[in-house]
Amino acid sequence: MINNLIFKKPNVNNLKQYVSIGLLFLTFSFLDVFLNSLFKINLTSALPGFISFFLPLIIGFIGFYLIRIEHTGNVFLDTANKKINLTPFNSVLTLLSIFVLVKYIPLLLNWLIFEANISGTTKEDCTGNGACWVFIKVWIKRFMYGMYPNAEQWRINTAFLILFVTVGSAFFIPEKYKKYLISFSILGLPLIAFILIYFLISGGFFGLEWVETGAWGGLSLTFIVSFFALIFCFPIGVFLALGRRSDLPAIKYSSIGFIEFWRGVPLITVLFMSAVMFPMFLPDGVYMDKLIRAIIAITLFEAAYMAEVVRGGLQALPRGQYDAAKSLGLGYWRMNFLVILPQALKLVIPGIANTFLALVKDTPLIYVVGLLELVGMIGLGKTNPKWLGMATEGYVFAGVVFWVICFSMSRYSQKLEKELSTER
Amino acid sequence: MNSKKIKNYLPQILTLLTIILIFGFFTFNAQINMDNRGIDFGFGFLKQEASFDIQFSLIEYSGTDTYFRAYLVGLINTLLVSVIGIFFCTIIGVIVGIARLSPNYLVEKLATIWVEFFRNIPLLLQLFFWYYAALRALPLPKDAVNFFDISYLSVKGWYIPKFVWTNFSIFFYSVIVAAISIFFIYRFAKKQREETGKYVPAFLLSFLTIIIVPALTFLIAGVSLSFEYPVLSQMTKTIFNFKGGVGIPPELMALALALSLYTSTFIAENVRAGIMGVGKGQKEAAASIGLTTGQILKLVVMPQALRIIIPPTTNQYLNLTKNSSLAAAIAYPDLVLVFAGTAMMQTGRAIEIISITMLTYLTISLSISALMNWYNKKVAIKEK
Amino acid sequence: MIKSLKSFTYLLVSVALLIGLQSEAFAAKKSKTLKNTIKKDFVRCGVSQGLPGFSNADAAGNWSGVDVDVCRAVAAAVLGDSGKVKFTPLSAKERFTALTSGEIDILSRNTTWTLSRDADIGLTFVGVNFYDGQGFMVRKDSGITSVNQFKNGISACTNIGTTTELNMRDFFNSKKITYEPVAFEKADEVVAAYDSGRCDTYTTDKSGLAAQRTKMKNPDEHIVLPETISKEPLGPVVRQGDSVWEDIVRWSLNVMIEAEEYGITSANADSMKTSENPQIKRLVGAEGELGAALGLGNDWSINIIKQVGNYGESYKRNISDTGILPNRGPNQLWTKGGLLYVPPAR
Repeated sequence: MINNLIFKKPNVNNLKQYVSIGLLFLTFSFLDVFLNSLFKINLTSALPGFISFFLPLIIGFIGFYLIRIEHTGNVFLDTANKKINLTPFNSVLTLLSIFVLVKYIPLLLNWLIFEANISGTTKEDCTGNGACWVFIKVWIKRFMYGMYPNAEQWRINTAFLILFVTVGSAFFIPEKYKKYLISFSILGLPLIAFILIYFLISGGFFGLEWVETGAWGGLSLTFIVSFFALIFCFPIGVFLALGRRSDLPAIKYSSIGFIEFWRGVPLITVLFMSAVMFPMFLPDGVYMDKLIRAIIAITLFEAAYMAEVVRGGLQALPRGQYDAAKSLGLGYWRMNFLVILPQALKLVIPGIANTFLALVKDTPLIYVVGLLELVGMIGLGKTNPKWLGMATEGYVFAGVVFWVICFSMSRYSQKLEKELSTER
Repeated sequence: MNSKKIKNYLPQILTLLTIILIFGFFTFNAQINMDNRGIDFGFGFLKQEASFDIQFSLIEYSGTDTYFRAYLVGLINTLLVSVIGIFFCTIIGVIVGIARLSPNYLVEKLATIWVEFFRNIPLLLQLFFWYYAALRALPLPKDAVNFFDISYLSVKGWYIPKFVWTNFSIFFYSVIVAAISIFFIYRFAKKQREETGKYVPAFLLSFLTIIIVPALTFLIAGVSLSFEYPVLSQMTKTIFNFKGGVGIPPELMALALALSLYTSTFIAENVRAGIMGVGKGQKEAAASIGLTTGQILKLVVMPQALRIIIPPTTNQYLNLTKNSSLAAAIAYPDLVLVFAGTAMMQTGRAIEIISITMLTYLTISLSISALMNWYNKKVAIKEK
Repeated sequence: MIKSLKSFTYLLVSVALLIGLQSEAFAAKKSKTLKNTIKKDFVRCGVSQGLPGFSNADAAGNWSGVDVDVCRAVAAAVLGDSGKVKFTPLSAKERFTALTSGEIDILSRNTTWTLSRDADIGLTFVGVNFYDGQGFMVRKDSGITSVNQFKNGISACTNIGTTTELNMRDFFNSKKITYEPVAFEKADEVVAAYDSGRCDTYTTDKSGLAAQRTKMKNPDEHIVLPETISKEPLGPVVRQGDSVWEDIVRWSLNVMIEAEEYGITSANADSMKTSENPQIKRLVGAEGELGAALGLGNDWSINIIKQVGNYGESYKRNISDTGILPNRGPNQLWTKGGLLYVPPAR
């Protein structure tokens, strides 16, 4: 009987026995790893070290072998087999993955949640072994708004609200006005953005207190730089793309030169250039604000990448569109703005979303010109004498914030891509 | 007729004029500003003595060398970290990319989590995490992490045994000779297969060649290899150091780690797109003429997949090289930190130095792009 | 006749007005920076990113320090109010370009006066407000008590792009010791690297060492080694090419020092107006037209002394009383054996 068990291949007939023994083996192997990692109990300590280290793997492997039965009719078993137990190699991979997860996830959760501190106001309140979230709690306003005066922070919130409403309303305007969407986003949106930044956030007019750009910081600065760079780089990118595809050699080669230059240098050198070189190029006595210089630098840099994205869309359009538009007697500009660009841009919305994503991920670099957005603010916080040693908590927090933002954006752009590809 | 000419020439002239005006405006202002301040423009400073030391350098450098040599050191350090990053990110990227296509549910999900996790966090943040949080938490040399007593990991760096060669050049040439012979072996095998249909075990022969030829140099050419192990030495009561061996600074490790992990996600997506881009029909047709799975992969899938994979991957390598400029944020002496950082601060010649730095990166980018264009043209499927 | 007399009078008055206005506008015209400062109504001062004793901001954003006091003195002299200063924290990398580009008008950031900086990059040093030297800091438990005990392979943390980096090299070369330089841009990163054990020693100006030590986790665990390996005269910097502004900043600092020499303090400055000593009377503006030569009002110097204090008061308030450096060291008047000897304000 035991002979039969060991040497007969598992099949549908002896399903019940094999599966139950297999599951037993698996449970044992997982339990061993789990207890070992979390509670430091070694079930197999009786055996020599080498064997006890590999024992869970061997036991698990045998367990998976025993339950690998094709077409059992049991839905749960079949799906499990198909998904994680297809071949012996696969079962080893599954085992290793599960072991890694079981070993490290509890430790991570422990540090993040179970032994972490969140109540209190000073570093001394962090008594546990885990993360000291008190640091984040105390500094949160600084991380969000930088040195912007507390009383004026509503202005930043309002500015972003207006911006979202403006951009969001573009999806709801009636068909009649849809053809002006492109012109609006190229001409109107930058103007609105400029007004918001100059009058609302910076202030100094209409009774609003002036807040110097050196005080702007934190996550709000990340958003300010990203949004405004995107809004400004979009029209420039479109014009560059059109220029690159132009038949006039002077325009074509200037566009190519411009695009290839900005794409070939790292952003950090561009920011150095804006901080250190650019002031030399301005007339004596004219002083341009640090933040404006940085936004200009990032805008021009991203415009080159945006130009390539838009060019991809322009190239994908069939020649028929151009010919038809020309046959209707439309001039160059009307053809592009009313016929070509709306279609081309719709094709590359995912590409534009990707560029925006890259822009958001590139904003932490503005610390080189002395502007402190979220990552810079965390750097400031962690070297504060009262809060030394909080580097890990700070960067984990920033990582989570950025990850949530970027992941949602990339998911949204994937959804857009699916929606638009079925449309055609 | 005339209006057409005007339509053609006027915009061009206007564009050129605007560009010239803008450049002229900048140059004019720069000239005035520099005159006012008494700064002059020139590249002569490159011959001046640098008088600062660099922490890590692959070539000989001391403070008495010129700024130009400091520039070279920075450039080599940039290329070094880029090559290391490219090497590791490719390996990791290929593994993760293939894992993303695995039928195994767990493996596929883990690979997806890997890609989504490392792709959506800014590179600078990852770099800061590795350098300021992870590697700073390593123990002091006295309690260093010990790898079988030949390698040690501490907050001051990773110490590995140093290769001490005698007659290294002979060994090096033998490897080159072996590589060339492998090339000829493969050509010969291909010719034999095409002309006579006979199968020559090219892989086995090349494997033997690459092992035997260099090994021979050990036996008959007097090449020998010994190792210099890092040894813990006590400098003062509590300060310990490792003498001997090669010390890899934590700055280099953090940068290589961050770059590899971040770029591996993009490579993984490229590999996945490449393999998925080969039509199912190809695999089925290859199977129907009797090729084994391994042969299908090698002869049918990979060549087509590579055509899809290589251009965006080269783009990513280029991005990695440009991203290595983030070394300025931690103290790794790459081109930006050494030249556009220290040298610029000591000499004050901002315009010259930043121009040279940007030009260097531009040259690297443009040459790789040109190479890529040539490769693309060579393997492009000519459509009718 | 009356008509021509009227027009002649008008002519005379206008010429007189013109000459009068010109002479005052003359000084202002020669200095764009002075004109801009008066127009903006505040002095733009570049300082460090947080060095206790020299330029440091408290939680409410109020700056204090001896470098800060130099800028406040200029504000008191030019605008009559030492509070009219806007401070811009700068890293070592951007400090000079911020000045040359016009972002700030005075750089008061414990900057060492060297030949190459003075001659080569379009800046002018206008004085020394702190005589210092470079030193090393180590952990007490390392057992090192002198720089002569440094051995091969030591790792030293410092700021990038400073005279410290260059001096460090000269020092270790002269002692024939191999070392590993680890240079960061922000001072806080340097301190953190040293504190974590990444570097065995931290080197910068000794005043900086003393100041940064107060910001460490356990200040008592660290000591500053006794040797000084270089001269570091720290002082304010202005742009080259504006000699009037140069003079204003230079003499604002000199007034502070000379006031201490004559015993004038912020408390007794007013009473000193009736002093017997003509130099004291000149310093408090009761005699002479020193202000006009600089294009300022005659109360320029007494404003400095009353609102900021003399050099000794500034030093005591920021450096001695805070425990950073209890003694004046070389930063004492020449009459008491120190190095502070400034030309007379007359």
